[in-house]
Amino acid sequence: MTSTAFDPRIFYARARHGHGGALGIEYRDHGVDWAELALPYDPAQIGDVASGVIASGPVLTLMDQATSLAVWLKRGVFQPQATLDLRIDYLRAATPGKTVVGRGECYRLTRSIGFVRGLAHDGDPLDPLAHVAGTFMAIAP
Amino acid sequence: MTALPPYAELLGLTVEQGDGAPILLMPFGDRVLGRPGFLHGGAIGGLLEMAAIVALRHALADDGVAIKPMNLSIDYMRGGRELTTRAQGVVRRLGKRIANVETSAWQDDREAPIATSRHIFLLKR
Repeated sequence: MTSTAFDPRIFYARARHGHGGALGIEYRDHGVDWAELALPYDPAQIGDVASGVIASGPVLTLMDQATSLAVWLKRGVFQPQATLDLRIDYLRAATPGKTVVGRGECYRLTRSIGFVRGLAHDGDPLDPLAHVAGTFMAIAP
Repeated sequence: MTALPPYAELLGLTVEQGDGAPILLMPFGDRVLGRPGFLHGGAIGGLLEMAAIVALRHALADDGVAIKPMNLSIDYMRGGRELTTRAQGVVRRLGKRIANVETSAWQDDREAPIATSRHIFLLKR
């Protein structure tokens, strides 16, 4: 772990409420331009009752948060931002019962825009279940 | 129409009949909150995806067809405020194996959506 001015551990210790809190999203790890979060399996998030596979919405939220954190890490400070767009490819279904891990990276940062990408997996990073790309815009605090 | 899955309950979704596909309603509350005073982009995305699936089920009118979301792209246009959000999907093409669906989410003004999305689904008949 690398220490920067923005610490997602402190951020997550406070952020137990809201949509991320309702889904049980947890902090895992971070670096200078990336963050990793975990989404524990929860039957309340099932999207397909027959298979027990969770809906894609919680994976989307996980990746939105992981990539959002990556922008703050690269910027070095927390600054309110809005998601401009997010594209997600579902490479395969998440395995029922397994925690989904989402790693978001900010690969380019300008004064106003953070360009992000990320991968989600459920145990093996070489066998990802989702890929995302998106942009965030900084807004006046 | 197929009953909504547990995830739709988590979002607090209810169904309203509309012209075309059913409209989904998502009430504002802490469980869909992002930064203070605004909806979480992930909750908006979850709502849009549910609206897309509901629209596809409506168009298919056959519960025997399995639907697999392949990808989606969301444009967030306005911050979602502390209001009820509605979303409805339109099936742009229904093929044998692929379906293209577009959705829109709005609050007080349908002509000023807070977000729109495009989805591709894989169908197994």
